[in-house]
Order: sequence, then structure tokens, then C-alpha cells
Amino acid sequence: MTTTTTKTTPQTAEDFSSHPDFAAVTRSVASTGPRYRNEMGKFSIHRASTCISCGKCVETCKYGVHTKPAGYRQVIRPFDYRCIGPDCEKSGTYCIANCPTKSLTLQENPVYKTLGDYRWTPDLLSSTWHMAETGHKPPAYLESQVGNSGGGFDRLRFVFPDKIPSGLRREDIDTKLLLNKRKNDSRPKVTIDVPWYGGGMSFGSTNIRAQLAKVRAAQAWNTFSCTGEGGYPERFIPYKDHMITQVATGLFGVREETIQRARIVEFKYAQGAKPGLGGHLLGTKNTPAVAAMREAMVGTSLFSPFPFHSVYSIEDHKKHLDWIAHVNRTTLLSAKVSTPNDVEMVAVGSYCAGAHIVHLDGSYGGTGAAPNIAKKNIAMPIEYAISNVHQFLVAEGVRDEITLIVSGGIRSPWDIAKAIAMGADGIVIGTAELVALGCIRCGCCEGGRGCARGICTTDSELLELLTVEWCTQRLVNLHNAFREILVDIMYRLGVPSVSALRGRTDLLMHLDYDNEKVRT
Amino acid sequence: MPAKFHIHAQLTPPRIRPEGKLGIVDWREDCSSCKNCVKKGCVYGLYRDEQDTLHDEPGYLDYIYQCKGCLTCVQNCTKNILTRVVNPEYERLGDAYFTPDIVLTTWWQAETGGVPVSGCGYGGPFSGTGFDSMWTDMSEIVRPTRDGIHGREYINTGVDIGRKIGRLDFSGMELTSTPPKLVQSPMPIMFNVIPSQWDRGAVVSSVLNAAKKIGLFAIASPNQIAQASIDKHNHIVPFLNDTDLAGNKIVDNAPMVMLPDSETIKDKVAKLKKAKADRIVAVRLSAAPKSAVRVLELARHGIEVINLVFDDHGMEASAEKPRHMRDAVREVHGALVKEKVRDEVTLIVSGGIALPEHMAKAIICGADLITVDIPLVLAMDCRLCGECKRGEPCPVELENVEEKYATQRVINLMGSWHSQLLEMLGAMGIREARRLRGEVGRCMFFEDLERAAFGRIFGKRL
Repeated sequence: MTTTTTKTTPQTAEDFSSHPDFAAVTRSVASTGPRYRNEMGKFSIHRASTCISCGKCVETCKYGVHTKPAGYRQVIRPFDYRCIGPDCEKSGTYCIANCPTKSLTLQENPVYKTLGDYRWTPDLLSSTWHMAETGHKPPAYLESQVGNSGGGFDRLRFVFPDKIPSGLRREDIDTKLLLNKRKNDSRPKVTIDVPWYGGGMSFGSTNIRAQLAKVRAAQAWNTFSCTGEGGYPERFIPYKDHMITQVATGLFGVREETIQRARIVEFKYAQGAKPGLGGHLLGTKNTPAVAAMREAMVGTSLFSPFPFHSVYSIEDHKKHLDWIAHVNRTTLLSAKVSTPNDVEMVAVGSYCAGAHIVHLDGSYGGTGAAPNIAKKNIAMPIEYAISNVHQFLVAEGVRDEITLIVSGGIRSPWDIAKAIAMGADGIVIGTAELVALGCIRCGCCEGGRGCARGICTTDSELLELLTVEWCTQRLVNLHNAFREILVDIMYRLGVPSVSALRGRTDLLMHLDYDNEKVRT
Repeated sequence: MPAKFHIHAQLTPPRIRPEGKLGIVDWREDCSSCKNCVKKGCVYGLYRDEQDTLHDEPGYLDYIYQCKGCLTCVQNCTKNILTRVVNPEYERLGDAYFTPDIVLTTWWQAETGGVPVSGCGYGGPFSGTGFDSMWTDMSEIVRPTRDGIHGREYINTGVDIGRKIGRLDFSGMELTSTPPKLVQSPMPIMFNVIPSQWDRGAVVSSVLNAAKKIGLFAIASPNQIAQASIDKHNHIVPFLNDTDLAGNKIVDNAPMVMLPDSETIKDKVAKLKKAKADRIVAVRLSAAPKSAVRVLELARHGIEVINLVFDDHGMEASAEKPRHMRDAVREVHGALVKEKVRDEVTLIVSGGIALPEHMAKAIICGADLITVDIPLVLAMDCRLCGECKRGEPCPVELENVEEKYATQRVINLMGSWHSQLLEMLGAMGIREARRLRGEVGRCMFFEDLERAAFGRIFGKRL
């Protein structure tokens, strides 16, 4: 029988508090190396057999490429993913030039060229791995600010002022985000410490260890993660204050108690990657544990139909929200929708129906399985939707009563800052977290045994590729790096808080426009 | 419930070893023979299977085709001697428009008949030219089919070909007008004339057979029809040149025939109509900047069906700034609507349809139907290497393709396209392919979105 638990996994509520997996997580950054023997970097270094193990390279390199652990006679194979490349030559720490036997050669890693795609370039993948390992900003030789998609965020740039306003200090910059902006609303004023939270990835699509790590890191950073639509495994209960319960169209795992324990309940109307199509978990990923959670038959494909069959109008939507509002008197309500032509009307409709958060998921967003034709063609990219919805909400006079959260192709702290400057309040990140855990975006998450790298899988053997501790620390590091970079951007822009950055399109320019309006 | 249109796909593995995108190669002669080889641990079992079957010609299993590129072996090798490379043969597939990715996905669809599904968000460019600068809409809550993916059988992809009159006339209680005959196609797609370089072996017969089996129409030259080893069937549209006009037997059976546009087209159509009034006569013309004018003329002459032909990359014929089908078809459709004759002609567009999304988008731009040709030969393993055009032997021996195999591959491809059209129609909340025609409200154009979202902030687009 396939099971998602192992001997060392806590089974009871008491286990949770005693097990190291579940010990309190802090925000402290700790170097957390990659989990594969040969991590990929931009460059590769080859040590020829003429090496005499003199150790000169170990002394020379300050990036930790060459190491000779205590008790070793020979220098071990180079950790070439840390190498900064030919630019090193100027720094005097260049192993190639300093090797007495000329045994070292440096070249661009041939695998690197085959990595990634237009949106997630090899440099973006690599810089995310760097952030997850070190917790700090990526090195300069990686292009970590934009991808290569030729539009949207990749053509937007910040215009930094020449002088930073005096008196602004990095440590004073406020990255908090208030999620309940409704006036005359009795529900809690939930605030998160960073302007983003984690996207929904369901039990069934994603390794539960990755899910646990996501919510643990979210707890450490006082933000949220989301159950996705696969039910609410008991192992999430210790983190209930930082877990959003998702109610999606299949209603898998939606129960009174899972609604009642959440501080935010999210209605998923549609998903950006497959708008208008509903969800689909292929039968091969539906293991006994998944089937039990979803109250379904093992091995059958599970569809979340589109749309909610109880919702055919904004009035129905209000009824829906009222239902949750009565089941849980203190929860905030979020409506996750994708980006059709009339996305502005949908957003205003959600506000009128009583939602605290409107979450727009753009068409280039992530997915565990979606028809390729839908991912590419259906609904608009998030960059357009942010601008349109923000301006429309302003014009309607309700902008300050609703929290606009956006997602779908937001990869880095630079994208986060741009999205906020375009008009979003906050962001949902998904793929970036998975990349931090070693995702290479090969796209094979959907069927068979699932992700070969153990991230999005329910296969009992592949689950073992991850540990909760490792994943948690990688994500804690990632959040730290994201925040550091975001603070740095805001400092250089002279903006003291995330709420002050919102809608500051005057700080942006678009490389394909004359930008006359911004300059004047 | 009446029987619904459904295309029965059958797994049809490629007859020759296909090219794949990624492969793993050893690149340093440095193997330590650790006997602990990571290849044994391949999550997909490819190395193991390969050892078992590689020499089993014509073996279909091939890790260059099947490697998913997960990098597990590359990253776990003790000596780091494995590397992942993009197969150079893959990069040579297709051309600038029919990209290697399109060739590969067409092969997969022809093999399985399934809808390509994958994980991860879209990784391609933000937008592009032509059809890549359009996004189709989705409907957040209001739906035509109340059952989501299970209600897809209620979506009708059928279209009519022929002239629809605007009104019925009566004299007293007597109906005095006769609605012209229409023919139905279960999908807004026709098979185009297979160009001469691919007209070899069983290629054309297979295309005609596939058309018959799934009820689509196939356009073919009289020569092709005469040579094809097929039973006579009424899904062939003979494409006649002038000399074929008089007393050709092939024409008699056909519910529809097609003629090239010419000065005397009105007389030729009249002659054919006189011989058999309920036979539909289509007129084909090459798309050019002034096409809209000519299409209007033809429509006023009472031509029922017009086939507007673009080049293989969907561009019109013009020396200066040729437009993509996206813009040219919108213009033609708009002109017909403005003249209030849109329903009196059926507009079929050809050229540059490489993917099912192109079919949906061309219809949104105003076409009633589209035709395909290149995807059909891709389904038979063609790589668009162009050797045939240069008179060289075909590397995949298209002339030896078996008819049964080729027919099924074409059927599978159309099954896949049909399912993908349903996905798009379902998401748009449109219940009939007929109603998609010219429905630009269910679509978003790049320029409009840029103007609305960025133009008002950043000014003029450069």
C-alpha cells in the first residue's frame, strides 16, 4: 500500500510538538546546500588527472568551489555551481590561473543552456537556487531581475531617483500588508509581515513534505500558505493560523471543521493556467492516502468541474460567501479568479459580495497539470489585469476597501515590486517556492509517478527525496532574500512602505513605450 | 440523447524512430566504473527499457524521444560525467513557423489522439506576431454547459457550408423562396489539397480516407482523386481547373466543388450550377491586400463559398508589408458584415494553421472554416526537411507509409484538435462553433490590452 507517512513521521497530535520536523521554525537564515550531488550552475570546472592535489585552488577560491575536507588527501570534485565564471580572473581569486599544473579548465556548463524557458531563464532559476541556499541576494553575474519573455514584467523597469531621501533607513522600511481593508467590518485586521503569501498546492498534486515546509516557512514569516483543493491533512493542524483553506469546485476535503479553523478561506473560482477548465488530478497520482483525503476511489482521475455549480451570478457568489461567513464568524474571505476580458467587473462584483481579498491569477500562472493550449492562450497575462483592475477600483471609489492580491508568473522580488507599483496590494507566489526546492520546470508534474525530483508527487519512493527540515530552511531563506531585495528596491526608490509603493506607476518605465507621460 | 460527434482515437506509435528534444550524453571519458550507475535509477526506467529493446528494430522506444529531462541522472552521477543536451536533430525539425515544438506536439497528438497536458506555467514568450498576439477569453461564472468538463458533449462543433438566405418569402401561405442547399461539416475544418511534393504513395488516399471516416471534407485535385485507392465517397471536394470543367465524371458525385478565381468565374459557376443546382461551388483566391474588395464582388455575384488562401505561414501575398491572416481575415469579415452579406457566403481560410489554437483564432477573426495541409503530413512523420522539394529522397520514406497507419494518425490528430477546440469553446462559454465566428468579444488582442493597461501609463508604444 502506498502511504505518505514514514516511520519517523508523527502520527498523533502529541508527536507534532516533540518531533524535530515540527519544532518551532525561526526566520534565521542558515546555509542550506542543494540536495543533488552535482548541483548545476552557470559554469563548470573540470579537474584533469594531472592534478597533484597541492591545495592551491582551495586557498585561492573564496567562493567555496574547491574544498579539501579535513582528513582527505585529495581535493574533492569542484562545487562548480558556486563558480562566478571568467570575471573571477580580475579578482585575483582565479583558480585556473593559479593552478601550478594547469589542471583546471573553466567552461560554460552545457546543461545550463538546456535549462529553463523564456519566462524562467536559466539565470532566474539559478538565482532562485542561490537565494534558497544562502538567504541573500543572487550574485551579479546572474540576471536575476528579468526573464526573457519580451513583454510584461520583463520590459518594465524601475526609475530610481538620483538621490535617496535623507532620513530613510533600510530598517525602517515597512513590508507589512493588511489583508482586511474593509471599513465597518468586525472581522480581524489580519496583517502579514511580507506582502506575499504562498499559493494553493493540493495534497495529491504536491509532496506533503513540500506543503508542510511551505506552511512552516509561512509561519516563521507571519504570512500564509494555502491548502489547495486536496483537503486538509491533520499534519497541517499545528499551523492552522497560517494555512488558508481553499474551497474549490470539487469541494474536496471541505468540511465544517476545516472552514472553522482557517483565518482566511479562499474560494477558487478559476486558475490562471487553465481558466474556465477546472482542475484535473490524473489517476496515477490518486494514491490511497490522497483518495482517503478526497473521499474518492483510488486510482481514478479526479475532476474539479468548472465552475461552481451553485454560482451563476454575483448574487450567487454573495450567497456563497455568506455561507462561509456564517460557518466561521472570524475568517476573512478571498475570491480567487482568473483574468477574463471583464476582470474589472469580476473584481468589483467580489467586493460587492463581501470579499475581503480579490485574488487575480493571470494566464501564465503555475499548475500541476493543464492542457498546453489553455496555458498559452486563454485569459490575459497578469500584468494587464493588475493595471486594469487597480484603475477601475480607484474609479469606483472602492480601492481602499479591498485587498488586491495577484499571481501568475511572479517570479522574483523584482516582479513583486513591479506588481505592487502597478497597483496590486500583495502577491501570491507558487512556482518560485518550488524552484527553491529544486524544481527545474521540466513540466512533468502531471502524471505517472509525478515529479521525478520529488516535489510534486505522491509516489512513496519519490516522496523520500525531500525532508521537511531541508525544504523549510530553503523556503525560510528564500523569504528572507525576497524581503531583503524588496527592501533594497524600496530604499533606492525612497518609498517607506509597501502601501506607499502601491500604484506608483510614476516609478516605472516600459522599454517599449516613449514614457512621455511618466517623465512629465 | 442523440449520438454526438466523436472521433475515436487509437494509439498509433510512430513507424520510424522519431526525434526527441532532450538527451543525456556522457561527455568526459572519466567514468569510475563505480557500478553504482545512476542510470539504473532513472525514474522513468528509460535506460533499462532501452537496453532491452534498443536493438529491436524497428524499435520505437528511444530515450532521445522519451527522456523527460528531469536531470536526476545528471545530478547524481558520482563523477559528474553526464550532461543533458538538446538534440541537434530536434532543432532542425520544421521551420521558423512550424517550430520544432509544433512538430513534436503534432507527432504526439497523431500518436495518441490526446490533448497535450503538462505541469508548470506557460514558459513561452509573452506574446508574438500573428495568432500569438491574441488571447481567447474565458467566462468566470456564466456558463452554457452547467457541467464543466463533463458537459462538453453539449458543445457543438458543427458548421454549415453554403449560402444562407436572410429571410423567407411567402405569397399568401405559400413559401416562394427556396433556401439553398447547405452541407454540414462536424468540425470547422477541411483537408486542403496535399501539395505535389508530398503527393506520393498512400499519402493522399490516407487523407481522403480519414476525411470519410470522420465526416470531414477533403479538397483534392481530379488527378489525386483518380489515383487514390479509395471507394467513392461524398466527402471529396474536387478542386477543378478550367479544363476539367466540361463533363467531368468526378464532379458528378461531389456535393461541393472548388474553382480558382478568374475573370470569367461567374459564368463557370453558372454552368456548374445549371448542370446540378444543389451542388455547392466554392471559389478559391489568393489572399492579397485588396482581397476584401474581391470577396465582396464575389459575394454580390452570388458565390456561396469563398476560400481565401494565405501562404504556409499565414501571410497574404504582397510585396510590401504583407499582413497576417489575423488582420486580413478580420478585414474581409468586417467588410462582409458591413455590406450585410456575411451569411450569404461561407468563408474558408487556408494557410498557416499549425495548431488547434490557430483554428479557433482564425474563426474568431471571421472565418467559418479553416483548412489544414502541413499538419496532416506531419502526422505521417514528415519533418519538413524540404528534401522532397529539392528532389532528394525522403528521409522518412513518406512514399512507403502504410495507408492504415497514416489514416489513423490523421484521425488521431483531428481527434486531438477537436478535443482542444472543445477546451477553448468551453472556457469561452460558447456552445457552438458557429457562434464563435467573428466573435472578437470573446478574445483579447495584444494592441488593445497594451493600450488599456500600459498606454495610459507610459504613453505611446514605440
